[in-house]
Amino acid sequence: MARELFRFKGGVHPPDHKAESNARPIHAAPIPRQLVIPVRQHIGNPAKPVVDVGDTVRTGQLIAAADGTISAAVHASSSGTVVAVEPRVLPHASGLPDLCIVIDTDGRDEWVERTPLDYRAMPAADLRMKLRDMGLAGLGGAVFPSAVKLDAGPAQICPLLILNGGECEPWITCDDVLMRHHADDIMRGAAIMRHLLGSTEVLVGIEDNKPEALAAMREAAARLEFAVEVVAVPSVYPGGGAKQMIETLTGRQVPSGKLSTDIGIQVFNVGTAHALARAVLHGEPMIERLVTVTGHVLRPQNFRVRIGTPMQTLIDLAGDREGATGVLMGGPMMGLVMPNSHVPVVKATNCILVQSRELFPAPPAALPCIRCTRCADVCPAELQPQELFRFAKAGDFGRAQEYHLFDCIECGCCTYVCPSHIPLVAYYRYGKSEIWAREREKRAADLARERHEFRQFRLEREKVEKAAKLAAKAAAARAQAAQDQARRVAPATDAPATATPDAAAGGTGEADAKKAIIAAALARAQAKKAQSAPKNTGQLSPEQQRAIDEIEARRAKIRELARKPLESETENP
Amino acid sequence: MLTAIGVMVLLAGVIGVALGWSAVRLKVEGNPLAEKIDAILPQTQCGQCGFPGCKPYAEAIARGEADINQCPPGGEDGVKQLAELLGVEPKPLDGEHGVPKPKSVAFIDEQTCIGCTLCIQACPVDAIVGAAKQMHTIIASECTGCELCLPPCPVDCIAMIEIREDLPHWKWRYPQIQLKRVA
Repeated sequence: MARELFRFKGGVHPPDHKAESNARPIHAAPIPRQLVIPVRQHIGNPAKPVVDVGDTVRTGQLIAAADGTISAAVHASSSGTVVAVEPRVLPHASGLPDLCIVIDTDGRDEWVERTPLDYRAMPAADLRMKLRDMGLAGLGGAVFPSAVKLDAGPAQICPLLILNGGECEPWITCDDVLMRHHADDIMRGAAIMRHLLGSTEVLVGIEDNKPEALAAMREAAARLEFAVEVVAVPSVYPGGGAKQMIETLTGRQVPSGKLSTDIGIQVFNVGTAHALARAVLHGEPMIERLVTVTGHVLRPQNFRVRIGTPMQTLIDLAGDREGATGVLMGGPMMGLVMPNSHVPVVKATNCILVQSRELFPAPPAALPCIRCTRCADVCPAELQPQELFRFAKAGDFGRAQEYHLFDCIECGCCTYVCPSHIPLVAYYRYGKSEIWAREREKRAADLARERHEFRQFRLEREKVEKAAKLAAKAAAARAQAAQDQARRVAPATDAPATATPDAAAGGTGEADAKKAIIAAALARAQAKKAQSAPKNTGQLSPEQQRAIDEIEARRAKIRELARKPLESETENP
Repeated sequence: MLTAIGVMVLLAGVIGVALGWSAVRLKVEGNPLAEKIDAILPQTQCGQCGFPGCKPYAEAIARGEADINQCPPGGEDGVKQLAELLGVEPKPLDGEHGVPKPKSVAFIDEQTCIGCTLCIQACPVDAIVGAAKQMHTIIASECTGCELCLPPCPVDCIAMIEIREDLPHWKWRYPQIQLKRVA
């Protein structure tokens, strides 16, 4: 029974270069002397370090805890001592440093205690939290935290689970050899995913250029107690993209701006399934992965690598050659140029592709777009790359978004076929990050506006409140004075006066109250003056007074003398 | 003849009532142009334009009392956007109102701060936390980098720190031909 397959639009057939690296067995790379483990290896919040410099850690020990829901923990890839928690250059196109935990390994590779999880007996939410703390993230390239993807949402069910073994990008073979050698573990991982997602159907999509992997996976599937269909899909780049794999297998398209779970489908890379099985059934957090080292090296092959191993170590193991011009992380279509060859392997590193002038000649200078629309013919996202290019180049990002720039998966098909050699994807990446930056700026501006407006409102409110308080105080003082006045007047007047208190209070009350306030203030001032006058000059005895007068007279005489010029001075010039 | 006049008068009456009603009921609060201008301004609230905040400046532009090139934090890009909105020619920034500076945030040296609260009163977005004789600190995520807190500080303990590019804020550059690096 052959399954009906569908063909997504576009795609290209670049030479696959898989044979170079997929024949050799998986080689476990030795643990390097120093591991550099970044805390930001996944999409979402970076993990928060929980170790300090000088701490001794064991293999698999938590060194940075997940921060929030969309995050994943980071673990020590081998035992040793933490020697630094500092920014180091990351395997990222920017070449910028970011926080890393540096461990000097002791070579003993002593594990923490590993406890397998009984996933069938655990509540799904607890299991997901555990997976997040085990550092599970998608190994297909996007490194999205797997725990989040394993949540079927409010529906609690995701009918179709797809394991993606497409691996369509040229040169890369890590999924291929993983399927050949660890098919059973992948299937066990699929069983856990199926349990969490409540899926009724499980498909494995593998491109037909990997017959050994297909055979191994079919064999493993036959041993399972539930049905898994292993489907050979045609080899077309980018057939291993999640959305393309869904379309090939089901004929359904994920609508723009939606997730595959919205149409009841979840896709995982086979490597993620393998890591999940290791985490749940063996209690091993995500501390290693398979990495293809290929391109301009002597022995292209796949390594089982501890996260944090410098790329150069692996290149040396595979046989460094003269004439290397650079290192790509990933394949030639979507790979990122590494700032140097000493950056560490991270969870996203599926391939280290060493470039040379012969294998990857520098592209010729870009020529103007001739609007041949070959890019539109090959675009698997069914976009209009030539239009997106025009808008991104002109900085017209609004129009670019109208043309669904964010549906672009950056697969590089358009760049591959462009007869003018325009680096189209570079323009889309530029456009996307520019749009994000502008949105961030806009949010910041809105926040500032809101806070400024609230401050103005607050100041205004405080002013009004202060005025009201002063008015109330003044009114109270007036009332008090009026009362005092009334009390003073009341005993002095006769009965008739008290019989008409309204007239007294009403007509002259205001003026009287004011007078009373003034009088009281004057009395207070006088009292104060009396108090503050120096007490030693009052009530002098006659003798003291006489002494003072004498002194004053003497002073007056001296002043008089001082005013008159001396006779000697006037006579002798 | 009379009928025609009657019809016209009736029509005028009906339309007049409708217009009068809509003028009252559908009145637009505030100046919509000022709002649009305000949306373009960077909301630094720094007052470098000579107005006490972005909104007053926006209103002044809308009234035609201020030029569009008085906002250094908005930069040439902001001037261009304003020119586009208002349908005028963009012009270079007026140097009298300052020059654009890289985006930065204020930082209080906690060793030197005497807790006088003067900077708190100066901050246009309430981004400084502190109380009298207590050490003050700046909420970096809400600081607009307006520098209004610098002059009132009696002990000069506030410094502006440039925001360096980090990984989450890194942007892909505009693609260009890599020139051959010499030496």
